[in-house]
Amino acid sequence: MKQYLMSVYHPEDQALAQADMDAIGADVNALNDEIRKAGAWVFAGGLHPSSTATTLRVKNGEVLTTDGPFAEAKEQVGGFWVIKVANLDEALKWGAKATQACRVPIEVRPFQDETED
Amino acid sequence: MPCSDRGPTFPGRDRRLNAAEIERVFREEYGRAVAVLVRRFGDIDVAEEAVQDAFAEAVKRWPNNGVPPSPAGWIITTARNRAVDRLRREASREDRHAQALLLYAADEPAEEGAVKDERLRLIFTCCHPALAPAAQVALTLRLLGGLTTPEIARAFLVPEATMAHRIVRAKGKIRDAGIPYRIPSEEDLPARVSGVLAVIYLVFNEGYTATSGETLIRDDLGAESIRLGRLVADLLPHEPEATGLLALMLLIHARREARVGKDGQLVLLADQDRGLWDRALIKEGLDLVRGCLRINKPGPYQLQAAIQAVHSDAARADETDWWQVLQLYNQLMVMAPSPVIELNRSVAVAEVEGADAALSLIEGLDLDGYHLYHSVRADLLRRRGRDSEAALAYERALALTDNRTERDFLERRLRDILKAES
Repeated sequence: MKQYLMSVYHPEDQALAQADMDAIGADVNALNDEIRKAGAWVFAGGLHPSSTATTLRVKNGEVLTTDGPFAEAKEQVGGFWVIKVANLDEALKWGAKATQACRVPIEVRPFQDETED
Repeated sequence: MPCSDRGPTFPGRDRRLNAAEIERVFREEYGRAVAVLVRRFGDIDVAEEAVQDAFAEAVKRWPNNGVPPSPAGWIITTARNRAVDRLRREASREDRHAQALLLYAADEPAEEGAVKDERLRLIFTCCHPALAPAAQVALTLRLLGGLTTPEIARAFLVPEATMAHRIVRAKGKIRDAGIPYRIPSEEDLPARVSGVLAVIYLVFNEGYTATSGETLIRDDLGAESIRLGRLVADLLPHEPEATGLLALMLLIHARREARVGKDGQLVLLADQDRGLWDRALIKEGLDLVRGCLRINKPGPYQLQAAIQAVHSDAARADETDWWQVLQLYNQLMVMAPSPVIELNRSVAVAEVEGADAALSLIEGLDLDGYHLYHSVRADLLRRRGRDSEAALAYERALALTDNRTERDFLERRLRDILKAES
């Protein structure tokens, strides 16, 4: 089995109506149940907006702390799943369901071999 | 070459093999051997290296010792032994990856009988939708076609380093992202088959008309795509679209001698010397089209093949059954509507209903950046005597293509019009 990260990319300026948020929430909960039932669940979570992020880097031997996300981009990671499946085809099947549930793009990326078992 | 599944014929034991003959065996058997080894070891690089080792060994041994009774079997067995030796050496040096691959190989019994399926798996891996189209093409030509990276780079007019990087990156993604080595499930099969056919047709079209450069037809790509087309049609006997694609390519490829004139100039279908057409390829293509008609599960490739079949049936250009061509284009527009198909349909409309009907049909098409749109439009305008408009359209077409042969053709047409006008 291999592990895959499914990142959810939200437009930074997206402001959804409550009804839309509720519909997305219901679809994501249903998908979470489906992933658990299939035995593919490892972990998942939603994130606060990137305005709450703090970025750290080493400069001249000192750790520099800055307010905000690492990359200023129109889309930022708003949440993610870690799933465990046999291969990319299965991961992409979950990814397809995830993008339908979240209504935004999903990036599927494999973990390095160390996480295989 | 006939389909390599029937087994190529090899020179007798007593004959010394020259390099060209071993090269031929290499081209025919490389994909088969790599497919078996990938299945066995689950790793493309290990498979390729082992198969190349085995061929290097063949080059050394066969000229003196003669060709073994089953050259393909010899290559596969030799390659497998080489791979196991190499992985054992590496595994003993605590290489975890090699250890894992050895375990993987030990799990899988060797089944050389299932070679057909092995190549099918490999094609679906090479043409996986998670790989960029250019990478799908490169991998298919390399792993199944047995083309070298420099050959593929030359064919696609990109620097060798670029092509090498593209192939390494694609193989890395297959390995690290876990692109499976298998035949897709029933529900995914139609979409995945059309992905495979699209890759082969892309190779064919690249060979048919190079987007730039001196030579109109790069014969090697044409022949290679037909070889791949034969393989896929043979491996997927229940997919008439695979047969349709093969027929389409054969019927077009059959005209390659007639398509380029003595001075290398482009010759249109209507002006071609039909005596130069390759009758054997046409017969094969026509037979395949008839087979598709019997199955009666039409698709875009089959319809395009049927259109080419109508052209191939006509002994002279003015004997072409344009009404039949138009009916087929109408069907094609229902199944796979696109502006390019509509443009091609307009050529049939011009023959059946006249140039004016065709002109009004293409007037609104969103193909301003496509040189053939302006070329077709120019020809229709010319036929209606609207010469100055035709000249402008030829100039527009010229601005959009770098292909030397096509440019020569357009410039010739433009000169003729300007001469007639003055």
